[in-house]
Amino acid sequence: MGVFAIRLPDVGEGIAEAELVEWHVKVGDVVREDDVLAAVMTDKAAVEVPSSVDGKVLALGGEIGDMIAIGAVLIRIEVDGEGNESGDVEAPTAAPVEERPAVVEAVAAPAPKPAAKPAAAPVVSAPVKRAAGTKPLASPSVRARAREEGVDLRQVPGSGAAGRISHADLDNWIASGGIQQGGVTRGQNTGVEEVRVIGMRRKIAEKMAISKRQIPHITIVEEVDMSALEDLRAALNAKHKGERAKLTLLPFLMRAIVEAVREQPELNARYDDEAGVIHRHGGVHVGIATQTPNGLNVPVVKHAEAGSLWDNAETVARLAQEARDGTIKRDELSGGTITITSLGPLGAIATTPIINHPEVAIVGVNKMQIRPVWDGQQFQPRKMMNISCSFDHRVIDGWDAAVFVQKLKTLLETPAMLFVEG
Amino acid sequence: MTDLTCKLLIIGAGPGGYVCAIRAGQLGIDTIVVDAGKPGGTCLNVGCIPSKAMIHAADEFHKIAHVNDGPLGISASAPSIDLAQTVAWKDGIVQRLNTGVSALMKKAKARFVTGQARFLDGKTVEVTNGDEVQQIRAEYVVIATGSAPVELPFLPFGGPILSSTEALDLTEVPETLAVVGGGYIGLELGTVFAKLGSKVTVVEAEDRILSLYDKALTKPVAKRLEDLGVTVMTGTKAQGYSDGALQTDQGKVAAEKVLVTVGRRPRTAGIGIEELALTQDGPFVKIDSFCQTSMRGIYAIGDVTGEPMLAHRAMAQGEMVAEHIAGHAVEWDKRAIPAVCFTDPEVVTCGALPGEIDGTKSSEFPFKANGRAMTTERDDGFVRVVYREEDHAVVGLQAVGAEISELSASFSLAIEMGACLEDIAATIHVHPTQSEGLQEACLKALGHALHI
Repeated sequence: MGVFAIRLPDVGEGIAEAELVEWHVKVGDVVREDDVLAAVMTDKAAVEVPSSVDGKVLALGGEIGDMIAIGAVLIRIEVDGEGNESGDVEAPTAAPVEERPAVVEAVAAPAPKPAAKPAAAPVVSAPVKRAAGTKPLASPSVRARAREEGVDLRQVPGSGAAGRISHADLDNWIASGGIQQGGVTRGQNTGVEEVRVIGMRRKIAEKMAISKRQIPHITIVEEVDMSALEDLRAALNAKHKGERAKLTLLPFLMRAIVEAVREQPELNARYDDEAGVIHRHGGVHVGIATQTPNGLNVPVVKHAEAGSLWDNAETVARLAQEARDGTIKRDELSGGTITITSLGPLGAIATTPIINHPEVAIVGVNKMQIRPVWDGQQFQPRKMMNISCSFDHRVIDGWDAAVFVQKLKTLLETPAMLFVEG
Repeated sequence: MTDLTCKLLIIGAGPGGYVCAIRAGQLGIDTIVVDAGKPGGTCLNVGCIPSKAMIHAADEFHKIAHVNDGPLGISASAPSIDLAQTVAWKDGIVQRLNTGVSALMKKAKARFVTGQARFLDGKTVEVTNGDEVQQIRAEYVVIATGSAPVELPFLPFGGPILSSTEALDLTEVPETLAVVGGGYIGLELGTVFAKLGSKVTVVEAEDRILSLYDKALTKPVAKRLEDLGVTVMTGTKAQGYSDGALQTDQGKVAAEKVLVTVGRRPRTAGIGIEELALTQDGPFVKIDSFCQTSMRGIYAIGDVTGEPMLAHRAMAQGEMVAEHIAGHAVEWDKRAIPAVCFTDPEVVTCGALPGEIDGTKSSEFPFKANGRAMTTERDDGFVRVVYREEDHAVVGLQAVGAEISELSASFSLAIEMGACLEDIAATIHVHPTQSEGLQEACLKALGHALHI
């Protein structure tokens, strides 16, 4: 019997460490080769780490939420025959390059918690069935504590035999915010649920903080008459119904951005603020902010300038689906040069989008609605939509930002220009 | 005399009052206790304690007197008793406890004032002791005046007509004794004199003795009374006393003395409670779950607040009131008040009797199947558990048996802790003790009694 240590492989793009987001095994489990052991989070994608051996799990290398250095021992597995760890091999706990002890020994290793359910709120079962007028079963000390805490024990579910309320039940009730004020039907909810910010949420938090901290934003909101474009979109969709992907607004917007940055290449860029260099890209790689079950994700449509309306529509649909499924590839989650954020019908009148660092501009789409527009003689019902665009004011002047927004407006209001000039 | 002020004034130094005073003192409340008599109240001076002393003396005497009849092979010559000496011994115990209670109150820095208290208003009490009158003003007042024996108009106390108080001080054993009232006090004292050699007749208006309990519980007591030669006349009304005989509607009962124990009434007269116009609950002072009366700042505890008139209830109320005045989050939430009837055999009740609550069942374990009971020559009686059928929560526990009173602690603990049949069944009970009966009764309810 030997001990085989599986180390965290280099899971992407020269990163030094990855966050442990899920254990698929626990100490004592028997695993087979290729069984998934754990999931780690890099950049924006979760990567599953498979086992390379058959054996029994001896120790886990960390707890969920820990940052694990690439090459650090992720897990120790007891294998038949010789393992890859023996006396003269680097001692597991003496890995100086790692910032934290590499191994949480078996005794201390907690059972793996499903990452999807972090810090679940204390479970309070359904209202207790107690005959009217029946006093709840509880010891005198529980009753005394309930009085001090202002808890009406008749409301508290008891976990003991015959529904007896224990101190733990009372703790749970209080923690769940069940405290009822005497005579008041709407009790104050003083419960506080602790949710660890881990995995994808931590990535989002870090990215947002960087963007907002580093970048002085300037946001411009402009009104766009979408009537002509909407007519065109409806006509195209009607014409190619069933043959081609349905066109949403996004491929048109991408087209408009491609056209607009042709004259303003400074907007289609990545600003390496540490090096003090702006990389103006020839290709327009449009990030599409996408809501997934785990939070915000930004898949990138590479070379939007090279794709047709339908190409881009299909790419957006595929990337959004893959992002939601969690199957998207890492390189499709990075490398954007400009981003579109749209909340569709939830889009409000105006937003203040946060730039996807290190990009320098983001186009926010607000909701479309029919509004009366004065045509000089009378009000006309027009399909109006606002766009809220933010720019990195360090490298984009207000003037240039306004020019860009006006260009977008012009292109969207006169959709023929989207194509005749390209 | 100088007038006094305090934060808490307690009227009555019985078990309710003195416990309230001690607890208040512990909590740093400036407290005065007023009582016309010695500290300890009815319980200590003329109730629980002296009666238990007399019961013990009678038991000892009776055991020796009848040891020749027993199976133990012990023989003894006929004993005699000097009842005056017995009473003196009993008084010695009472005196020791009086001193003890006084010392406890003093230690808690509660002041004791002797005298008869009378309310002047809700915050002021006038205390009269002989010619001396003084006023005490208090922020809070606790009425703990207790209760007194009920007198029958056709059998006024005095001469041969005794209340329990006088019966405890008899220095000679009467030839014949009629006990009017077959409640627990009458039966306890009636048994004492029967064991000391009196010819005792119990006259009870109801159709059975200890009518508050169910028949199963009282049957062993009735059987024992019969064995002791006590005549029990149920459904009989006393009418008067003349020519050394008690008149009843069932004829005359020869009686050198007549003990009247037909109940106790709250002591509300003469202390100005009526003038305060406190809301009453029948003859009692009405209280809420904090023992507060209808007047702000005035509490009432103990017998004056109603049934059950038990010292330990008063003590628990007194303790709670002191804490309530100190601002603690307390409330009367007792699940059960255990009660013991020190008859022979003793009866212990705690919580609900069978049939008192819907959806309950009961299970009994007889002492006939208990080894310890056999070794004390007393295998009469049983332990009974009343439980909710739905979830096995124990809602009542009773027992009848010789010296079974100590089991009351297990009973009240089980109910206060919210025990289920399974909890008691899974608790080890010492063998050989009568307490095994408790475990067995629960096992029996669960369908797997081991020793029956």
